[in-house]
Amino acid sequence: MRIDVMKTYKLYIGGTFPRSESGRSYELKDKKGNFIANPALASRKDLRDAVVAAKAAFSGWSHATAYNRGQILYRMAEMLESRTEQFVAEIKALEGVSDSVARKQVQDSIDLWVWYAGWSDKISTTSGGTNPIAGPYYNFTIPEPLGVVGVIADEKESLLGITRGLAPVITSGNTAVLIASERLPLSAISLAEVMATSDLPTGVVNILTGSKSELIPWLASHMEVDGLDISGAEKKLDGEIKRAGTENLKRIYRFEKDASLKRILSFTEYKTVWHPIGI
Amino acid sequence: MSADIFEYAPAPESRAIVKLNSEYGLFINGKWVSPQSKKKFSSINPATEEVLAKVSQGNQADVDKAVKAARAAYNKVWSKTKPKERAKYLFRIARLLQERAREFAVLESLDNGKPIRETRDVDVPLSAAHFFYHAGWADKLEYAGYGDNPKPYGVVAQIIPWNFPLLMLAWKVAPALATGNTVVLKPAETTPLTALLFAEICQQAELPAGVVNIVTGDGATGAALVNHGDIDKVAFTGSTEVGKAIATSIADRGIPATLELGGKGANIVFDDAPIDEAVEGIINGIFFNQGHVCCAGSRLLLQESIVDDFLTKLQSRMAKIRVGDPLDKNTDLGAINSAAQLSKIKELSESGTKEGANIWSAPCSLPAKGFWYPPTIFTGVTQAHRIAREEIFGPVLSVLTFRTPQEAMEKANNTPYGLSAGIWTEKGSKILWAAQQLKAGVIWANTFNKFDPASPFGGYKESGWGREGGRHGLAAYIKGAK
Repeated sequence: MRIDVMKTYKLYIGGTFPRSESGRSYELKDKKGNFIANPALASRKDLRDAVVAAKAAFSGWSHATAYNRGQILYRMAEMLESRTEQFVAEIKALEGVSDSVARKQVQDSIDLWVWYAGWSDKISTTSGGTNPIAGPYYNFTIPEPLGVVGVIADEKESLLGITRGLAPVITSGNTAVLIASERLPLSAISLAEVMATSDLPTGVVNILTGSKSELIPWLASHMEVDGLDISGAEKKLDGEIKRAGTENLKRIYRFEKDASLKRILSFTEYKTVWHPIGI
Repeated sequence: MSADIFEYAPAPESRAIVKLNSEYGLFINGKWVSPQSKKKFSSINPATEEVLAKVSQGNQADVDKAVKAARAAYNKVWSKTKPKERAKYLFRIARLLQERAREFAVLESLDNGKPIRETRDVDVPLSAAHFFYHAGWADKLEYAGYGDNPKPYGVVAQIIPWNFPLLMLAWKVAPALATGNTVVLKPAETTPLTALLFAEICQQAELPAGVVNIVTGDGATGAALVNHGDIDKVAFTGSTEVGKAIATSIADRGIPATLELGGKGANIVFDDAPIDEAVEGIINGIFFNQGHVCCAGSRLLLQESIVDDFLTKLQSRMAKIRVGDPLDKNTDLGAINSAAQLSKIKELSESGTKEGANIWSAPCSLPAKGFWYPPTIFTGVTQAHRIAREEIFGPVLSVLTFRTPQEAMEKANNTPYGLSAGIWTEKGSKILWAAQQLKAGVIWANTFNKFDPASPFGGYKESGWGREGGRHGLAAYIKGAK
């Protein structure tokens, strides 16, 4: 009989897979109570490291061509497709769903990455424009990515929840810090393996596992975090999160729809440029 | 005035066109009503300290009455008014503002202290244009990119600042009404008079009662409005400090806010800029409206190789700025809006000297009465100085230098604000490159401080949330739009 090689589920920060600097982890069991893994219990310091990595990656990712970003997101869909069995197994184990339900979730996630991959080079076209002003000036408005966006994954449909949050944030050029589902963190860490093999520049997405109630307040008050998708946080925390975010006027949203252009635009800023016309 | 400046004969605009009442009530549900507070305060002319009129201090009960009127008007009238009819009310308002433009311009100069040249050529025509532009949107909102059936929020609380009293009213009221909302507007404490004159325009336009309600007062009035339980949306223009307080106070209530806040705009002059045009642009960028402009180019970033030549020309131009009577058509720089603002400008300027920067003010004589501050620049400013970081909101320019374009971008972006920036160079590709690097909502290339109703305005970072103007500005007043 062969003994399996069990995977160590770690954090994903700046393109590397570290354990928590705090040395902490927490025990994860499947629906039947069998031990699955000891994912890292990320600390405030890990979160700050993740923000530093995301901030450092922003200039390169936001100034990459939209075509390039689209290709990389599409590459992630390719990598996900080829790892379907891995994700199906993890989703079945943690979410306790049937093979077909788990498979559907993986396939829907892949299709959603493809959908957002195609958005990268259309956002300015659909949402920017030229403005007919009363004077000899050429004037145009374009959406630009905000910067570092925190994404809080929801506690159901692990892979799909992450995709709904992350894909619209990074397709426009933001970088992200994801707080994984506390109960269902495996898809998040396995998705990091997909990112690490998709030419996604290091630091564009950083993933933390651990206690949401511990990490969310630090994320919400962090001065280098520019936006938050709190769709995956408990609704009763909305007020607390928004208050913490006012110190740097974070853009904080909770979304109802699973996939929309609004999810992309919410983490962009409109820039308007005036240029004289003359000889 | 200094000797090398032409002497002009005074050319004062007549103030006879303005007929002020000695006292004003609140404008609620289409009528003038006395405030529940029974309190009035004076609005003064900052150029002379003369009392212009007594206005009402709205309290919580007044705010409640205004919100109820706005709610009733929304439910019973405005939400049932056809979009094309809504449009015509806004067109009427635009036309009435044009007809009474001179009256508004003179009153704005009197109440605010800004030069008649600016109120006549900028504030009032742009206000009318803002209504005209948004009137056209009222029955075309399904084409604006916010879905087939865009819906208003309902009752909107709007709080506006003292630097462009009528124009900020137009920026707030026009899009709110065009999209089908009703409003309760709180004008700034020191500049309520053109808003009260605007109430007359609403009456002349036969705008249904309660669609626009105007409650004058101080910060407490504004707080009562923001904290009222029956408003659906907040729109605020003012300081970042108050903007953050508003964001905090609505955090638990799930209502959205548009915030147009402070700035510390960088005006960047590269060595290949058209220097004479750039000097004019820098002057306009910081001395327009006494520097009481959130998007002012209050930080001048000069490429090192042109510093000496540029500063010589800039100081020579500053010495020719005509400071004085706001109603004189020759005046370039009017009065500081209030004693409080003047002391803030003085305090920050003193910090500049204390922290080691070099101050230079234009050699102009200032009137004895009223609130005045001369055109001033600081050189030798570092990024750590308060005058490089904090919004002075006055005619004070901080000059910094850079060697490479990359350094210019780093310095320009080294601020928690992100409202505006200016780029001066003859090289087109450099303009577009810099425009891409700068973290600001409005970028002016080889021009500055230009505004238009079709052009979205608003900031990155701590300069606020959302846009005003253009197609993008409509989102602020359409439910769930982004």
